[in-house]
Amino acid sequence: MVEIKTADELNKKFLREGMWPTIFCNGCGHGVVLEYTFWALEELGLDMDKVIFASGIGCSSRLPGYINADGLHTTHGRAIAFATGIKAANPDFHVIIFTGDGDCAGIGGNHFIHAARRNIDMTVIMINNFIYGMTGGQLAPTAPLGSIATTAPYGNIEHPFDISNLACALGANYVARWGVSHPYQPIKSIKEGLEKRGFSLLEFLAPCPTAYGRRNKLGDIKKHWAWYDDNTILIEDYEKIMKYGTEEEKAQVKDKIQLGVFQDIQKPGFFESYEKLVDRLREKETKAKEGKK
Amino acid sequence: MTEVMIDTGNYIAAKAAVMCKPDVVAAYPITPQTTLVEGIAKYLATGEYKGEYICVESEHSAMAACIGASATGVRTFTGTSSHGLLLMHEMLHWAALARLPVIMCNINRVVGPGWNIWADENDSISQRDTGWIQFYCSSNQEIFDTIIQSFKLGEHEKISLPVMISYNAFILSHTSMPVFVPNQKDVDAFLPNRAPKWKLDPDNPITFGNIILPAEYEKVRLDMQKSHEYAKKLILEISKEWKQRFGRYHGDLLEFYKCDGADYILLSMGAIGAESKAAIDNLRKEGLKFGLARVRCFRPFPKEEILKLSKKADLIVIDRNISPGMEGALFTEVKASLYDNTDAKVCGFIAGLGGKDVPFGDIEKMCKKVINGKARHIEWFGLEGV
Repeated sequence: MVEIKTADELNKKFLREGMWPTIFCNGCGHGVVLEYTFWALEELGLDMDKVIFASGIGCSSRLPGYINADGLHTTHGRAIAFATGIKAANPDFHVIIFTGDGDCAGIGGNHFIHAARRNIDMTVIMINNFIYGMTGGQLAPTAPLGSIATTAPYGNIEHPFDISNLACALGANYVARWGVSHPYQPIKSIKEGLEKRGFSLLEFLAPCPTAYGRRNKLGDIKKHWAWYDDNTILIEDYEKIMKYGTEEEKAQVKDKIQLGVFQDIQKPGFFESYEKLVDRLREKETKAKEGKK
Repeated sequence: MTEVMIDTGNYIAAKAAVMCKPDVVAAYPITPQTTLVEGIAKYLATGEYKGEYICVESEHSAMAACIGASATGVRTFTGTSSHGLLLMHEMLHWAALARLPVIMCNINRVVGPGWNIWADENDSISQRDTGWIQFYCSSNQEIFDTIIQSFKLGEHEKISLPVMISYNAFILSHTSMPVFVPNQKDVDAFLPNRAPKWKLDPDNPITFGNIILPAEYEKVRLDMQKSHEYAKKLILEISKEWKQRFGRYHGDLLEFYKCDGADYILLSMGAIGAESKAAIDNLRKEGLKFGLARVRCFRPFPKEEILKLSKKADLIVIDRNISPGMEGALFTEVKASLYDNTDAKVCGFIAGLGGKDVPFGDIEKMCKKVINGKARHIEWFGLEGV
């Protein structure tokens, strides 16, 4: 196998170039997340014939179309349900879901909740841009308070969903959140998520300059990307300040969005438990038959 | 005073809906419906719309919210398209069986997979049996007029049924046309307040949706059927009244165009219906006796009128939909209307699926194929590379 060293070589291997140009706007974060995913796949050396992508509706859900691999572009919010079926039929495949905040936390919220709770073996990459980008900038359930959207012209008054926190509460095996401006940590996290049996969530904060940045006056693309650095903090730093910091320091970081690995546990995944259940019952049945003899 | 508004089908629909003063609008965005509900939101911001506007998290919830609101006796409106309509499917049955007159625009868009956002009528055709009254419009003016007429129709005490006003994606939804907009006073005079026979009311508690046994359920279905039959008469009356009050008429169940003395009558719906008029004009110029009966109301279906047409002429049907394993839905319905009662020949075409354009020239070609005896009983027109 040829060792891949540059992004160009990486793209040649993983991108379905016939689908170019992409639908993404200038300054969009989706391509970066795709690139991180490619690096993770490459570094893990996964057999791409055993990796399947699924997605729902929205800008992020267009990603599987650009990947030179099997993909299922499904209906709004339902990618996780489709992916559950894929995994059930192909337990040794890696199933990766690309989804957005509207798709995963909005219309598809229930599928997300139950897949995480049942610890279904899949890797969900949720790209959170705080907005329904494709339909023109309606308020997403993850949008920070005060956000301006076409459906919230005077500022959002609905409390946002913290989807990573929710996944932790549901007992997902692996939960991490990163911004698109972190070059290395996300790749490591995607790798860890892919290697984990059970449910993993990778949440990426990504700018949508067209539908979100513009309305919220976040400035040009450079400033918009910088917003994510100014308004986020690593979990470790946050905890340190909350424990040892001054009141002033605490006040400064209180409302920042935390980034890092939130949860890394090893509960048995659904299919793992299911296989054990089947084995146990088969064994019982065999014993009963032997007893009759 | 009547004013002229030049705008897209969606913004025109928003204007019409707001003029009917719905108390609750609940919606979820989907291309190509988005600008319709955005339009209503704009009127909310200017104060022209004074009702409640709910942004929900899915189309299923949008219809559920409209059903809940409608059960309290108020007027409700929503809009959707394609997969949004399909996601509502359960709630569509519910609204109709609960006899709640929710009024909804559906912008006809292709159903995936094979994601595609252009015009195709399979989304609403597949909701045919939900009990909703279904209109198909062919111009922005007709969209405007039909929405207001639909509130009066659906909320009528002998109807009490939801109404779906369908129009083609982009061809109408995003195309600007001049539309006459009457003044509010005249709309108010035409459209009475909703006065349901029963509603959720703390002073007189009732429960919607209880369990009922087979014998009673059958009666519920029969009553629904009777209301659809009655709607056929009422649509005629309402269209007539609209003509008297506002001077405009788009037909009632059907719109007839140059049908007198026609040897062949074309039946089509939606935007193809409008394009068909241009085709008929050209064919008539060539001395070919063609007429058009544009199907405006698909449910209830105007079977009696279509049977009458078949006594005078042979029929040609164009469907922008397909019921796989059978044929175009309108074609099937037209033939069923004629069963055992006529010698008319009927030819069917499938055209314009996936949003493919169906210009008048193509419609003329279809008609000429029929005259020349070259048309098969049913055929797919203009398939590329097949």
